[in-house]
Amino acid sequence: MSVRTLTINNIPVAVEEGKTILEAAKEADIHIPTLCHLDGVSDVGACRLCLVEVENINKLLPACVTQVTEEMVVHTNTPKLQEYRRMAVELIFAEGNHVCAICVANGNCELQDAAIQVGMDHTRFPYRFPERGVDVSHPQFGIDHNRCILCTRCVRVCDEIEGAHVWDVAQRGENCYIASGLSQPWGEVDACTSCGKCVDACPTGAIFRQGTTSAEKERDRAKLEFVVNARSKQEWTR
Amino acid sequence: MNNQKLTMKKIKFATVWLAGCSGCHMSFLDMDEWLIELANYIDVVYSPVGCDLKEYPVGVDVCLVEGGVANQDNLELIREVRAKTKTLISFGDCAVTANVPGMRNMLGGAEPVLKRSYLELGDVTPQLPNEPGIVPELLDRVLPVHEVVSVDIFMPGCPPDAARIRATIEPLLKGEQPKMEGRAMIKFG
Repeated sequence: MSVRTLTINNIPVAVEEGKTILEAAKEADIHIPTLCHLDGVSDVGACRLCLVEVENINKLLPACVTQVTEEMVVHTNTPKLQEYRRMAVELIFAEGNHVCAICVANGNCELQDAAIQVGMDHTRFPYRFPERGVDVSHPQFGIDHNRCILCTRCVRVCDEIEGAHVWDVAQRGENCYIASGLSQPWGEVDACTSCGKCVDACPTGAIFRQGTTSAEKERDRAKLEFVVNARSKQEWTR
Repeated sequence: MNNQKLTMKKIKFATVWLAGCSGCHMSFLDMDEWLIELANYIDVVYSPVGCDLKEYPVGVDVCLVEGGVANQDNLELIREVRAKTKTLISFGDCAVTANVPGMRNMLGGAEPVLKRSYLELGDVTPQLPNEPGIVPELLDRVLPVHEVVSVDIFMPGCPPDAARIRATIEPLLKGEQPKMEGRAMIKFG
C-alpha cells in the first residue's frame, strides 16, 4: 500500500493513500473541529467545521472528505479558518430554533460544545425563527426539527449501520428537513426497527427518547462504535 | 477592607430587566457575600433588585441587561440605556439570543401571539388587552439586545451562574476586560 507524505501545520505526516486530511490529522494528534463527522459511518462534509486551508488551492476544503495528496501543505487553524468556523456555528444557531434552556441535550450537546470551542458568545447573524414541526408519533422516540442542524448523522447510521434507511433529507435549501419513510409520521414507518441508533448519533437534542426533559438526554455513542468494530474487526466485547 | 478601597471612586452600576424571567437577577443575588465586597466598588444607580430610582441616570459605567426586547417599553428603555451607558453587558440567554421569550417569534408576529394567548386560550371573557399608554404594545418579534443597540460584552447562560457573573464583573472594577471564553464563561443554556 503506498504512502503519502504531507505537512499539517508544519508537522510532517505520512499516511496511507486514500486517507482523508481529517484522518491524517488525527494520526498526527492534530485536532480539527467536526460536527457532522461520526466515527463508523461515511463522511459528507455537511457542517463545514472541518474546513482547512491547503496551499496553492484558493478555496477552503472540508478535511473529512478531502483525500491527502503527495506533498500537500495543510493549515488547520489559521485566523481565517477560526473566523469561518465561528461563522459556520453562528449560522447554524441562527438558522434553526436552538433554545438551549429548554432542550433535552442542554449540557450534553455537540453544538453547544462547538460554540464553546470556536469562542461564540453570541451570533452576529439575525435569527430566522423558522416554523418547524415536532413528530412524536413513534412510541419511544421523538424528533424536534427545531433543534436539527441537518448533519445527516441519523440518515447515515440508519442506512449504513442498521440497514433500515428510515431517514433521508427532503426538500432543498432553507426548506430542508429530515424526513422519515416516505415523508410520513415516524410512527407509521414500518422500516424503523426502534433500535435507537439515531438517538445516539444525533449531536443535538433533535432526536430524543420520549420522557426525557431539559438536560436529561444521554447517548451511548460507544454503542455505535462497538457495532461497527464488532462487524468489521470481529470484536464482540466492549 | 483597606482605606484604598474607601477612597477609590466608585463606578456607577445599573441592571435592567427587559423580557426575561428575572432568573438572571436572582443569579446575581446568588453571588451572596461577594455582593458586600462588590458594594465597596459600585454605586447602584438603577436596578430592579438594588435601587429605587425610576429614571435611568446619565453617566452609567456598567449596565447588565437581562431579557430580550419584546415590547415598546423595552425598546425605549434599551435605547436610553445605550445612550447613557459606557459598558453594556448582554446578561443571560434572553438578552443574547431572545431565548424562551423569542419562541413566540415562530408564530410570526404580535397579532397571532395575542390571539392565541388571549382569545383562543382565554377561558373567561376572552379579549385582547388594549390600554394605550399603560400596557405597552408588543413588537412583532422579540429581539436579542444586540439586534437593537450595540453591546460591549456578551454573557450567555440561562441563567449565567454566580461564578460567571462575578468573573465578568470583577475585571471591570479594575478597568480590565473579562475574558469571555471557555465552558465556564460562554456555555449557552
